[in-house]
Amino acid sequence: MADLLLSHGLILAVLLFGAGLLVVLSRRNLMYILMGIEIMLNATGLVFVLGGARWGQPDGQVLFILVLTVAAAEVAVGLALVLQMYRQRETIDADAMRELRE
Amino acid sequence: MTVLLALIPALPLAGFAILALAGGVLPRRGIGTVAVGAVLLSALAAAICVIPMLGGGQGVTTVDLWHWVVVPGLKADMALRLDALSAVMIGVITGVGLLIHIYSATFMAEEHGYRRYFAYLNLFTASMLILVLADNLLMLYMGWELVGLCSYLLIGFGYEAPDNGRAARKAFVVTRVGDAAMAVGLFLLVAQFGTLNIAAIMDQAQLQWAAGQPLAIAVTLLLLAGAVGKSAQLPLQTWLPDAMAGPTPVSALIHAATMVTAGVYLIARTHSLYELAPPVQTLVAIIGAATLLLSAFSALAQRDIKRILAYSTISQIGYMFLALGVGAYSAALFHFMTHAFFKALLFLAAGVVIMALDDEHDIFRMGDLRRRLPGAFWGFLAGGASLAALPLITAGFYSKDLILSDAFRSQAGSGWLWAAGVLGAFLTSIYIFRPLFIAFGGEAKTTPQRRATRPELFAIAVLSVLSVIGGLVEIPSALGGYHGFSAFLHATLPAVPVAGETALGEGTLMLISAAVVLAGLGVAWWRFGTGAAVEHDNALLRLWGEGWGFDRVYDLFLVKPYVWLARIDRRDVVDLPYTLIAAAARTLHRGLSATQTGRLRWYAASIAGGAVIIIAIGVL
Repeated sequence: MADLLLSHGLILAVLLFGAGLLVVLSRRNLMYILMGIEIMLNATGLVFVLGGARWGQPDGQVLFILVLTVAAAEVAVGLALVLQMYRQRETIDADAMRELRE
Repeated sequence: MTVLLALIPALPLAGFAILALAGGVLPRRGIGTVAVGAVLLSALAAAICVIPMLGGGQGVTTVDLWHWVVVPGLKADMALRLDALSAVMIGVITGVGLLIHIYSATFMAEEHGYRRYFAYLNLFTASMLILVLADNLLMLYMGWELVGLCSYLLIGFGYEAPDNGRAARKAFVVTRVGDAAMAVGLFLLVAQFGTLNIAAIMDQAQLQWAAGQPLAIAVTLLLLAGAVGKSAQLPLQTWLPDAMAGPTPVSALIHAATMVTAGVYLIARTHSLYELAPPVQTLVAIIGAATLLLSAFSALAQRDIKRILAYSTISQIGYMFLALGVGAYSAALFHFMTHAFFKALLFLAAGVVIMALDDEHDIFRMGDLRRRLPGAFWGFLAGGASLAALPLITAGFYSKDLILSDAFRSQAGSGWLWAAGVLGAFLTSIYIFRPLFIAFGGEAKTTPQRRATRPELFAIAVLSVLSVIGGLVEIPSALGGYHGFSAFLHATLPAVPVAGETALGEGTLMLISAAVVLAGLGVAWWRFGTGAAVEHDNALLRLWGEGWGFDRVYDLFLVKPYVWLARIDRRDVVDLPYTLIAAAARTLHRGLSATQTGRLRWYAASIAGGAVIIIAIGVL
C-alpha cells in the first residue's frame, strides 16, 4: 500500500516537474518562467514529503519546509527584479535581455 | 705612474658616463666642456706617461686593475700595458682626438643631438684607448667591438635619414664578418696556449710552433680577417666609403685617424705570430698593395669630396699593410702617425667647406674657395701635399718613402710590391690635387654661408703644422739620417730584415718616388688645373667610381639571397608548431564563446539536458 502511494506520488512529481520545465523553456514572459520554477520546486518538495512518509522519517517534512522557504525568498527577489526590469525596459521578455552574452 | 696609466682610458669613459647620465641638465657649453675636458686631461696623462719613455722607447708600464675572467683554462685580467707601440698609438689617439673634440665643439653646435654626439665621441676615445692599451687579447677584443659600436652609432648619427641608418648597418655588418673570424682565431689561441696574455702568447708561440706550421697559418689568417674588416682592406673595404654618411669630424677621428688603423695595430702587436707564418705575411703585403692600387683608382673617379678622402684612407692603410707584410713595422706605424695628422686635417678642412656651402659635397659645384675660405684652403693644401708626399717639405713624404724603400730592400719585399707602391704614389698625387684644383681653384660657383670658427681654425692650424713637420722624427740615411722614431719602436718591434745588396740604393729609390709624385702633380695640373674643370665620363671611370663593382657583386651574391631567404621565412617556419597550438586554442575559444548567447532559456535547456545526460549515465 505504502509502495503504491510512493510510485503514484513520484509519477505525479515527475509530471509536475516536467510541466514546470516546459513552462520555463517555452515561455518568454518572465512571470511565467518564475511560475514554472515555482512548480518545479513544489515537485521536488512533493518527493521529499513522499520519501518522509514512506520511511516514517521527519527529515522529509523538514526539507519540505526548507524548500518552501527558499521558494518564498526566490519569488520575493525574482518579482522585485522583474518589477525593476519592467520599469527600466518596459518589457519582461527574457529574450530581450542578452547583454551578458560572451 | 700606474694610476695615471689607468686614468688615460678612464677619463673619457667618465666623460661619457657624465654626458649619458647627467648631460640632460647641462647647458650646451657644459656639454662641450665636459667632453673636451675629459679628453684634454686624458691627453695630459698620456703625455706624462709617454714623455719619460722618449729616450729610447725602453720601459714597460703595466697596471693590473682586477681579475676579469677566471675560469678553468682561461684567465684574463683587466690589465693595461704601455710599451713603445701603444705609446705611439695613445699619443695619436689622445692628441688628434683632442683636436677633433675641440673642432666639434663649434662645428656640431647647430645639431640637436649635441649631447649624444659628444657622449659617443668620448665613449669612442675610451674604447680606442682600451684597445691599444690592453694587455690581453680578450680586452683588446672588447675595445675592438666597442669602437665598432661607436662607429655604428656615429655613422647613423643623423638617423632620421634612412640612408644614414643603412650606411651604419652596412659598416656594422661588414666589419662583423671580420670580427667573427677574429673571435675564432682567439678561441684557437686559448685552446692552444690557455691564455690570451699577448706577451705570453708571443713567447710560447716562438717556443712551441715551427715556422709555417698549419696552426700558425690558421690563427694568423683569422686575425688578419679581423684586421682586414676593421681597416677596410680588400675584400671587406666596401663599408668605408658609405661610412662617410656620419658627421665630418667623426670621419676624421674614427674613419681616418684612429679606428680604421686598429687592424694595423693588431698585426703589429701580434707580429711574432705573423713571422711564424711567412705565407700569411706575404698575403698581408699583397692585400695592402692590391688595396692601395684599387682604391687609388676609385678615388680618382669620385665627385663627393668626402668619398675621395674615404678611398684615399683605404689606399693609405693599404700602404701600412704593405709595410707590415714586408716586416717594416716601424714604417707602418710611422705612416699611421703622419696619416692620422694629414687625413684628419683633410677631413676637418673638408668639413668647413661642406658646412660653409650648406652641405654641398660635390667638388664640381665648388670653385674659387681659395679666396673665399682661406683657412680651409691652407689646411687642405697642407694635408693634400702631405698625403701626396711632396718631397722634403711634408711629413707624408718621409713616411711613404720609408715604406717604399723598405718594400724594395726588405728580404720579404720585392720589386713588384715597390712598383705597386710607386704607382699608388703617382695616383695619390693626382687624386688629391684634383679636388684641390677643382674646388679651391677655378671660378666661383657658390657663396659660402658660414666662416670657420676659431676652435675649428685652431685644430686645422695645429694639424697643418704637424702634417708638415711631423715627418722630421725619422729622416732617411740618404738625407743625413735621423732614426728617432724607429729607434723608439725597436724596443718593441723588430727592425726591417734588410737584404744585403739591392739593385737600387736608398737614394735612388727616393729620387724615383719624388719624381713620380711631382709627375702626378703635373698631370693633375694639366688635367684639372688649367682652365675650367671638365667632368669626364666613360665606362672605366664609372667602374672606378663605384669601387670596382664590389658592392654590386656582394649585393648580388650575399645581400639579395639573404633578403630572399628572410622574405620566405617571414612567417617563421620554425615557429610553425607553436603558432598552430595558438591557432587551435583560438578556434576552441571561438567555439565555446559561441555558446554564450545571452538567452536565458537556452541556458536553462542546456542545464536540464546536461542533468538528464549525467543522471542517465549514473543510472545505466
